Amino acid sequence: MILEIFMSVCVLSGGFFAFVAGLGILRLPDVLIRMHATAKAGTLASGLIMLAVAAGFGDASTVARAVAIVVFLLLTAPVGAHMIGRAAFRSGVPLWPPTRIDPDAHIKLGVKKPPENDRP
Amino acid sequence: MSLFLLNLLLALAWAALTGQFTLPGLAIGFAVGFGALWLVQPLFENRGGGYFVRVYRWIRLLVLFHYELVVSSFQVARDVLTPRHRARPGIICIPLKARGEAEVLLVTNLISLTPGTLSLDVTEDCNTLVVHAMFADDPKAIARQIENGIERRVREALE
Repeated sequence: MILEIFMSVCVLSGGFFAFVAGLGILRLPDVLIRMHATAKAGTLASGLIMLAVAAGFGDASTVARAVAIVVFLLLTAPVGAHMIGRAAFRSGVPLWPPTRIDPDAHIKLGVKKPPENDRP
Repeated sequence: MSLFLLNLLLALAWAALTGQFTLPGLAIGFAVGFGALWLVQPLFENRGGGYFVRVYRWIRLLVLFHYELVVSSFQVARDVLTPRHRARPGIICIPLKARGEAEVLLVTNLISLTPGTLSLDVTEDCNTLVVHAMFADDPKAIARQIENGIERRVREALE
């Protein structure tokens, strides 16, 4: 009984955060803020669902696979977000106008600053 | 790291003696073995050479990380689900004290999953980290927060 409640809570909140991550892609204003939503909420969502899977099946091989999935997600999701954000920043994708950019950032990275009038 | 091997050996011995070669069996064996080693630590050179401190720091880092992941997800959820965009984003340069590729990798990965910040790029010499922050009213405060929070914990765990 308690196990079932625990599993339901995990699956439902996992689904909720997956929904938030997807909706974030649609609603948030620019690519970098969207990466916040997918990297954080998406990782937590899959972690919660895998926790429910591990608790529900409970046998060693399923638990081992669930743990492996979570570990690989924790390793790869931030790297993916990092690479997409890096590519966007280096190629000068227009950002949401209120974004304040540290003037040293382009110099320190050795990339060209996009011209101001590119920004919407 | 030989104490770690000894601890693994104790975990295997526990699993063999209780006849439970399962994941929870091995985990319990590891915990019991850790307790036993901790009790006899005056017997080892150097009191175990910091093994116990390091395990404690790793556990502290993991707890901190999970807590921050949950907090940041709620923050993102609030920003996505409320009608107005609350974010005041900015791109910030943060000086990195972490040395070595493993430390930098762990710091950047953890920063991406903690509230309000997403690591964008690292300079060639690994001295500066460029992050995108959701609430960048005070760039210095964010830099200090990362330096004293995640980065210090990571350096303590890996040193």
